[in-house]
Amino acid sequence: MSAILIFMAGIAAIITWWMAQQRLTSKPWLEVGRAGDAPGRDGSSLAIEKIGLGVFLAVVGALFALFISAYFMRMDMADWWAVPVPKLLWVNTVALGLSSVALQWAKTEIREGHDEAVKMALLAALATAVLFLVGQVLAWRELVAAGYVLADNPANSFFYMITGMHGLHIIGGLVVLSRTTLRTWNGAVQQDKLRLSVELCAMYWHFMLFVWLILFALFAGWANDFIDICRQLLT
Amino acid sequence: MVEIQSGIDEAIPPAETEDVELYHPKSWWTKYVFSQDAKVIAIQYSMTAISIGMVALVLSWLMRLQLAFPGTFTFIDAESYYQFITMHGMIMVIYLLTALFLGGFGNYLIPLMLGARDMVFPYANMLSYWLYLLAVLVLVASFFVPGGPTGAGWTLYPPQAVLSGTPGGQDWGIILMLVSLILFIIGFTMGGLNYVVTVLQGRTRGMTLMRMPLTIWGIFTATVMALLAFPALFVAAVMMLFDRLLGTSFFMPAIIEMGERLQHGGGSPILFQHLFWFFGHPEVYIVALPAFGIVSDLISTHARKNIFGYRMMVWAIVVIGALSFIVWAHHMYVSGMNPTFGFFFATTTLIIAVPTAIKVYNWVLTLWRGDIHLTLPMLFALGFIVTFVNGGLTGLFLGNVVVDVPLSDTMFVVAHFHMVMGVAPIMVIFGAIYHWYPKVTGRMLNETMGHIHFWITFLGAYAIFFPMHYLGLMGVPRRYHEMGETIFNPPSAQTLNIFITAMALAVGAAQMLFLFNLAWSLFKGKLAGGNPWRATTLEWQTPQTPPAHGNWGKELPIVYRWAYDYSVPGAAEDFIPQNQPAPDRLSRGALT
Repeated sequence: MSAILIFMAGIAAIITWWMAQQRLTSKPWLEVGRAGDAPGRDGSSLAIEKIGLGVFLAVVGALFALFISAYFMRMDMADWWAVPVPKLLWVNTVALGLSSVALQWAKTEIREGHDEAVKMALLAALATAVLFLVGQVLAWRELVAAGYVLADNPANSFFYMITGMHGLHIIGGLVVLSRTTLRTWNGAVQQDKLRLSVELCAMYWHFMLFVWLILFALFAGWANDFIDICRQLLT
Repeated sequence: MVEIQSGIDEAIPPAETEDVELYHPKSWWTKYVFSQDAKVIAIQYSMTAISIGMVALVLSWLMRLQLAFPGTFTFIDAESYYQFITMHGMIMVIYLLTALFLGGFGNYLIPLMLGARDMVFPYANMLSYWLYLLAVLVLVASFFVPGGPTGAGWTLYPPQAVLSGTPGGQDWGIILMLVSLILFIIGFTMGGLNYVVTVLQGRTRGMTLMRMPLTIWGIFTATVMALLAFPALFVAAVMMLFDRLLGTSFFMPAIIEMGERLQHGGGSPILFQHLFWFFGHPEVYIVALPAFGIVSDLISTHARKNIFGYRMMVWAIVVIGALSFIVWAHHMYVSGMNPTFGFFFATTTLIIAVPTAIKVYNWVLTLWRGDIHLTLPMLFALGFIVTFVNGGLTGLFLGNVVVDVPLSDTMFVVAHFHMVMGVAPIMVIFGAIYHWYPKVTGRMLNETMGHIHFWITFLGAYAIFFPMHYLGLMGVPRRYHEMGETIFNPPSAQTLNIFITAMALAVGAAQMLFLFNLAWSLFKGKLAGGNPWRATTLEWQTPQTPPAHGNWGKELPIVYRWAYDYSVPGAAEDFIPQNQPAPDRLSRGALT
């Protein structure tokens, strides 16, 4: 359960940081406002959609941290043979990285109001994300052809389950990204709404890229080396 | 339902507020069925939760009948008894308590108490309810499939949960159970995002965090916990589905069944227990924290006294929420663990009693020299304090490894958790329904029926669960569908079992009266007016009762004070609503 506890410690740090700014030591029973006072709203200045997505990403983060925790705990059992990482995963990683870059590009272009560039960037992001998914399916087929089937060994099972779960999250993101892309062609949509959509997509994409990099490190075995080093430092 | 107009918001000075875009329903269907209005969603959530809760209540009767008169009811065999246990526990904990507190009370009270027009993401809020309903229907469907529902116990421990010896293990039962949980979690996440972001961003002007009623603090903290804890159950459910359907071995060790070696091997049942209880323990507080919050408001309102130690109450809620994530393995003492871990988890478990005890002291000190009105909400709140203290004290027994190990598989545990997380939160739910029903419908619930309901429920629940502690100390095991002959049980244990069953039937019957009261009072109840309890919080200050679409009139209310200005010296009335400003000279802010 180490991965999830580290994740929860991070969340706890964010919550503590936020609460430290909330005047939790004030004495509300002594603070009575007078008529005519017009106190401001108390929330953050960020758009509610961004805060909502942030909270959602915390939930998704907890989900993957738990999968990783389970992975580490199961790995200690005797019957574990690691899966060889297909070379194709490198290509996929580059594709997802490019997708993220394209969305970042779309984000900067929409701020400057370059409509054509935004359309290009969004299409590029869509295409590379689809490429990533196709690549993941090909990687699965490659492994199955090499005899690494799902139920054979827990390492295989985890590989298919976790990459599958990550893929499902990318598919969900693709639905939203496709909608956003279609809306750039619809002139009736307000510019600031469109901009918010693009920013939300970019935020989600960067997060899913980050998750993928951690998962990749996990499957490639680098995470294990890292943990071994940590263990040696501690003991 | 009746519409009552009151002109309380006339005193609010006009001020420009940017209004959230509100979805306006266009037809009967979008107004009452596929509604995006949090109040309608709250009622939908509550009705569904209470309906499925009735199923769980009937299951508990069947179990009690079997325990009192073993062999009399031929349709209850060992297998169906396990199915009843499983479904009773699962429904009560997740589909009733979690859904009712967060989906029901959360949806109704968050926007109203914070002075918002609605939740911030109404569409996701609607989807949340429909996914919850789907989850409930999938669960109900498992009663009608071949093999019936799963009988794995509400903890669904593998490997037995997916083996043929367990009811539903190799049939549809366990699959539908896991699918239903996955749907519930997806639905809850949509609702939970709403509750959290509405509390963060939807508060009206002047409603600082430290002016929020404790009800909102409880629901808010519980929602944050649920958002972070439910993924653990989600992961466990997905992995078990893989084990059951695709032949993987995440949790399944090598097993020989009926002389045949199964294809599984090497998996770790303990891994499931860790995942399950990483969700399961916070779940206890996901149910308890909203109850803590609501009961604070009930006690303060009906004792006409400000809550004692408001800041301490807020901090205690937050500290309990944080601590509850590092105590989960105290559910696994009997699974065996490194003594160091056992020591760690026993210590954290005992530490969590400190903020909880602070809350109990503060409730009692709020009552001290208060002007206690023994209204129905107050009676239920007092009932909560008593049952909660009782259940909390037995929790201290079970938190210690050496005491837990011999008690773990006995009725003592059943008595403990029913007292602390069954009866206590249910008391608060009843108190809250008696308290807020007038706001939801415009009419009061009938008092005579309410008193009968309270006394039978409170005394009856005690008569059920208090003797159960003694049965447990004597060594009567839990999860056995009949005791059979033992050397340690005197015949009087069986007599006590019959007594408990009689009490359980009586308490169940009282709930029928309560349901009848809910329906009867809707048409025949006394008209309530806008603020029958003379309460300070914003939901009682709405221009209409029941609150209209959009909750407030043209202007959102402005909050000038905290939620607990009862019996303020020198004030004209014994309560001052949150949206009433101080007169210029007499402001206590100026005096201090």
